[in-house]
Amino acid sequence: MSKIKSVFVPGKAGGILNVYITAGYPQLNSLAEILPALQDGGADLVEIGIPYSDPLADGPVIQHSSTVALANGMTLQLLLEQLSALKDRLTVPVILMGYMNSVMQYGFEKFCADAAAAGVSGLILPDLPEFEFRKEYGAVINRNGLDFIFLVTPETAEERVRRLDELSNGFLYAVSSSSTTGSDKDMSAVIDYLQRLKKMKLKNPVLVGFGIRDRQSFAAATAIADGAIIGSAFIQSLENSSDPAADTTRFLQSIRS
Amino acid sequence: METSYQHPSPEGYYGRFGGAYIPEMLFPNVEELQARYLQIMEEPAFRQEFNELLRDYVGRPSPLYLARRLSQAYGVQLYLKREDLNHTGAHKINNTIGQILLAERLGKKRIIAETGAGQHGVATATVCALKGLECIVYMGEKDIERQAPNVARMHMLGAKVIPATSGSKTLKDATNEAIRDWINHPHDTHYIIGSVVGPHPYPDMVARFQSIISEETRWQLKEKTGRETPDRVIACVGGGSNAAGAFYHFLDEPQVELVAVEAAGLGIHSGLSAATTALGRPGILHGSKSIVMQTEDGQVVEPHSISAGLDYPGIGPLHAHLFDSGRGKFLSATDEESVRAAFKLAQLEGIIPALESAHALAALDQLDLVNGETIVLCLSGRGDKDMATYMKQLQMTNGANYE
Ligand SMILES: Cc1ncc(COP(=O)(O)O)c(C=O)c1O
Repeated sequence: MSKIKSVFVPGKAGGILNVYITAGYPQLNSLAEILPALQDGGADLVEIGIPYSDPLADGPVIQHSSTVALANGMTLQLLLEQLSALKDRLTVPVILMGYMNSVMQYGFEKFCADAAAAGVSGLILPDLPEFEFRKEYGAVINRNGLDFIFLVTPETAEERVRRLDELSNGFLYAVSSSSTTGSDKDMSAVIDYLQRLKKMKLKNPVLVGFGIRDRQSFAAATAIADGAIIGSAFIQSLENSSDPAADTTRFLQSIRS
Repeated sequence: METSYQHPSPEGYYGRFGGAYIPEMLFPNVEELQARYLQIMEEPAFRQEFNELLRDYVGRPSPLYLARRLSQAYGVQLYLKREDLNHTGAHKINNTIGQILLAERLGKKRIIAETGAGQHGVATATVCALKGLECIVYMGEKDIERQAPNVARMHMLGAKVIPATSGSKTLKDATNEAIRDWINHPHDTHYIIGSVVGPHPYPDMVARFQSIISEETRWQLKEKTGRETPDRVIACVGGGSNAAGAFYHFLDEPQVELVAVEAAGLGIHSGLSAATTALGRPGILHGSKSIVMQTEDGQVVEPHSISAGLDYPGIGPLHAHLFDSGRGKFLSATDEESVRAAFKLAQLEGIIPALESAHALAALDQLDLVNGETIVLCLSGRGDKDMATYMKQLQMTNGANYE
């Protein structure tokens, strides 16, 4: 069973918490402090963003973190080196999230191999479409033992949700509404949508993301979905942080304790 | 099997370039376009309205003008395809007319666009006024400062201009912001992209709307010379829409040389250039796989050109394929060469070209021209918007002061 899937223990109270952080933010080497603090503070999964100059699916907060990370000197190569160095200290499954251009320039095959070697369990590449995944990239990802996680939105037709669920491993990423990351959400509409997904009895657990920002929204989302992903709110909490580890611990306590 | 350069594969590929690399949040909008654009464009009522507007509103056909004195200077028969005489001053309106009619038929109420120099923004604001649709134009904060007259034109036409403050605050970022807006408005909004870039079906759709340029060129050339095909077609390439339109009906006629001219800025290796094919590598930008100027780590770099319309770090996938396959000849002209070419056209023919089009003119100095050959050059726009740049040049050369 995949390492990601193994965190979804039936009956686990409170829902799965997946926290997103942009690599190289707020400082170039912050992952070394943030990842252990996330693990110790109770994050079930961590998602690490590969900073990119043109992150189309991201709102201002994550865009800004990307800009800062790039100015700090973060690259994909350095990110994989940092993860390799942390590998033995981490038991929490690590997911890399990024854009296709970064991965293409690194070399798709080499990226998958090096990511797996650095202890990465899964990939989220929002601009890798289903067609390309089936034609070319899916086989490479699977060959390297990585889970690939597709996104679905409230606009995604049921038949397409089922196809993307079938192709995904680990979990399915339910974007809470059609939007970029970090936008405010009407949680009641999100609840309806999550209920719709739940009735589909999908192969994968469902994690909801985009707009989950505090204890209330996390609790509301995980009352129905298997878990939730918090990104922009966490990144905001690290802005101007002089002690990312302590601020990470504090943030996790604010979500559930 | 005979392959055509005109038509991409069903998934939007020209050779190894194209496709639709988009996040799921854009899928419903893009899929709807993919499913319907060809069918809508082929409806007789659509074609009739499109052609009528091109004739009565844009002023088409645009003349094909034999530039006698410039021809003499180069020893060739040089025909200028006068897109500069179109309403709003450039070829951009051919595409915005087409897309606004499409948006209407898709039932969209809100139109968004990106713009660099403001030409596409003005062309979009114009057709939105024509159709009474809400218009929002994203424009880099830096370009808003550089192109104040076009910002005022858009305002006067009733459009809202939103500054793109992310990244490098220019065209690339305005395009990102427009795409993000589209993600946030999955139902009521159509995105009128300004060139043959973006996810499938945009490159094909925009090329089809611009193909009127070469459709007219063929019959006009036949009328004037008895031949439908020239020896060469020359056009500047930012994203590549005027070039796609000027090349379109010659793409599958290998005897016609297709010359694409990019902006070299201060020189290809100066670090301040927009010569994408010379400096870029295969990559993904704004939803399609093409050639992209980027760092080794895959960060898209900010290009430079004196002409805001060519100041883009990519090219459309059709052009990437023309470059890759050798079907197109890719040249570049520097800022200085282009300004010089603009003055030459002004003084020999009485036509002040857009800085973008001046790059195509500058290429005449780089080609091994055959005496008497027939050339069609796409004069994509007029120079009114570029007078500030031309004034600087005049101040430098003859000390004139226009304060
Ligand atoms: C007059 C003119 N020509 C050319 C261009 C470049 O665009 P494209 O390469 O899509 O024709 C522009 C863009 O603003 C323009 O205004």
